Amino acid sequence: MTTQEILDKLPYGKSFLFVDELLHIDENGVKGTYIYAKDLPFYESHFKDYPVTPAVILTETMAQIGLVCLGIYLLKDINLNTSIAMTSNAIDFLKPVAPGEQVTVTSEKVYFRFNKLSCKVKMENAAGEVVCKGNISGMLISKENG
Amino acid sequence: MNKEEIIDTLKTIIELYSEEATALAHIDENTDFIHDLKINSANLVDIVLDIEEKFNIEIDNDSMAKMLTVKATTEIIAQKLDAHAG
Repeated sequence: MTTQEILDKLPYGKSFLFVDELLHIDENGVKGTYIYAKDLPFYESHFKDYPVTPAVILTETMAQIGLVCLGIYLLKDINLNTSIAMTSNAIDFLKPVAPGEQVTVTSEKVYFRFNKLSCKVKMENAAGEVVCKGNISGMLISKENG
Repeated sequence: MNKEEIIDTLKTIIELYSEEATALAHIDENTDFIHDLKINSANLVDIVLDIEEKFNIEIDNDSMAKMLTVKATTEIIAQKLDAHAG
């Protein structure tokens, strides 16, 4: 499965897609990038006079690259329409991310059992500094059931 | 390890994943993880992984699918422990 095929399978619309490119993916992990365009709508209000990327968006970016892309790859041999629901996360936020910054997300699989995927994920800025890190887990759910 | 000991150990694992204080205080063989303890599917996986570690056994997919009540779970743990010992 090519990285483009994985990106094509992502279920997000344009305004909520936080994956630009996958640099590497295998059974044990994934690495990908995203640039937060300066005109993303939330910068206008978060905060009123000081645009900074919301922590919830950083979390979503880590989940889309680290959990969902990896989940799609791990299920590549199963011919089923599945979706992935984030079920828990624990993230530390170390540095702010400004509009226009590019980030790199690296995810390592902790376990994938009984349809639950748990990953250790970190996000770095262009200078290679860790901006946030933690654990994200999700359940792979077949479309018929959920 | 007899049945009561298995249930006692099981209780210490389950307590971490349920907020249902009343149901937790009255855990017995008939307690249902989803209906009585309101445990979701993601936490059911955590419980099974904790069981594997605590009892030093391996749970396969078929067994996992049956582990929805204290009774069924206790029986599966007992079976695996027996197989291990034999």
